[in-house]
Amino acid sequence: MPSRPDGTPLPSNEARARENVFDFLDQYDVWEAFWVTIQLTLYSAVGSLVWGTALAAMRVSPVPVMRAFGTLYINTVRNTPLTVIIVATSLGLYQTLGIELGGGTSKDISFKLAVLGLIAYHASFVCESLRSGINTVPVGQAEAARALGLGFFQVLTLIVLPQAFRSVVAPLANVLIALTKNTTVAAAIGVAEAALLMKEMVENESDVIFLVFAVFAFGFILLTLPAGLLLGWVSKRVAVKR
Amino acid sequence: MSDLSVLYDAPGPRAKVRNWLYTVAFVAVFALIAWWVLSEMADKDQLAGEKWKPFVEDGRVWTTYLIPGLLNTLKAAFLSIAIALPLGALFGIGRLSEHKWVRIPAGAVVEFFRAIPVLLMMVFANQAYAEYSTIESEMRPLYAVITGLVLYNAAVIAEIVRAGVLSLPYGQTDAAKAIGMRKGQLMLYVLLPQAVTAMLPALVSQLVVIVKDTALGGALLGFDELLGQVREITANYGANTIAAFTVVALIYILLNALLTTLASWVEGRVRRGKKSTGAVVAAGPGDTAGVDAPGVDAAGGPGGAGKTG
Repeated sequence: MPSRPDGTPLPSNEARARENVFDFLDQYDVWEAFWVTIQLTLYSAVGSLVWGTALAAMRVSPVPVMRAFGTLYINTVRNTPLTVIIVATSLGLYQTLGIELGGGTSKDISFKLAVLGLIAYHASFVCESLRSGINTVPVGQAEAARALGLGFFQVLTLIVLPQAFRSVVAPLANVLIALTKNTTVAAAIGVAEAALLMKEMVENESDVIFLVFAVFAFGFILLTLPAGLLLGWVSKRVAVKR
Repeated sequence: MSDLSVLYDAPGPRAKVRNWLYTVAFVAVFALIAWWVLSEMADKDQLAGEKWKPFVEDGRVWTTYLIPGLLNTLKAAFLSIAIALPLGALFGIGRLSEHKWVRIPAGAVVEFFRAIPVLLMMVFANQAYAEYSTIESEMRPLYAVITGLVLYNAAVIAEIVRAGVLSLPYGQTDAAKAIGMRKGQLMLYVLLPQAVTAMLPALVSQLVVIVKDTALGGALLGFDELLGQVREITANYGANTIAAFTVVALIYILLNALLTTLASWVEGRVRRGKKSTGAVVAAGPGDTAGVDAPGVDAAGGPGGAGKTG
């Protein structure tokens, strides 16, 4: 007799017909899975913003070695599939080299590894957005700042980056939405997020796969759509009028 | 501010010393990290010659695993774009329709498939084929990967087509109407041919995204593509995980770098071309069109996250 993961037998077809169609959800913790998705998104978003800004600073810095490193990093990471990066963090970093990122249970470790992979990948897109934002700042701004005697870091952090950030809210929002969706790749190394739960559910509840798909699709639309609308509004509010 | 050297003055004697110190510090930190990684690898015996040798000396690694894997990746990618292209064009034109009952459903479908992760569609398609079709089980991952990629990329291409048509000067439409063309003729003979040239770079860039997404099938659905070969190679050539990942990643990087170069070459040609109107849906390295997600193209994100191109 087929059974659900918790051992209870699946109801017969007649019993099923009398059930509420959404009863299959009781057996699974969809909220928990989406909560993991949200956590993955938040940690990775903050991390890639920081690392991406650092990379952007390197790419425009007066030190040739840093510029070269930034360019190399971007070109390498952008052309590598995220799946390869995530799977490599687990199989390569953790299982082969034994890097545990502070340890904890194997669940914690794969969560941290997934965040590390997501940051490494999306930082390159944050960096490219920022760099295009820096390009929108008029040359006169930097020239005026230099005329006042500001050094590179002062020009960058006081004059250019604040204006650049305001003009890249929309591209950064797109990276954030992409990141939200890309957290599903963490399923490849067994992080218990939405996509992994969905994979388990479509296999166990094979008679309601359309409903399962609808539930998870709705969940992701709920995550991405408000973020897009909100940040789209913010980007119009903060844009530098020129 | 395309010349970024405006951010700093031409270095004087003190700045030169400072930059030199930064260089030394950066190289030192980098070398330290590299040394640590290499010593970890040496500790776990991943630097041993026999782990790397097969990729150089043993042709069978390439003929049995890597090349068939790469071919499967390319097969899935090209089939996906071949099917997604007409479908995307249909929806893109649908979104530009004057009729509400065409425009709104087409828009809803496009936004729906752009807003959900491609992996969800692959997993769903895999199970749906298992339940409702007679596709044999070893072919199912390929079908599922292509279905997921087609659904997602058709939606993205629909946006590219729409942006391509909208990028054309309005005079084209006016002129076509003035000589008495109907709406269908206007689209088919005037707008689409020019839009195709305008969106060619964006389409080639999309191919990079598709190639990268095929790896999802290898990791989660057991599709026998390039990433899936890592497991086979490490099982047969003595746990050379790091070496196998390095080689596989390099193949992906080379392939995608080639496609990116092609895209920017095409973009340059389209921009300089005398026959087109010079309108182009950009996909250069300056924007985020390469992120494999929705809302990351010239036409703005779901919910109108704004125009980035």
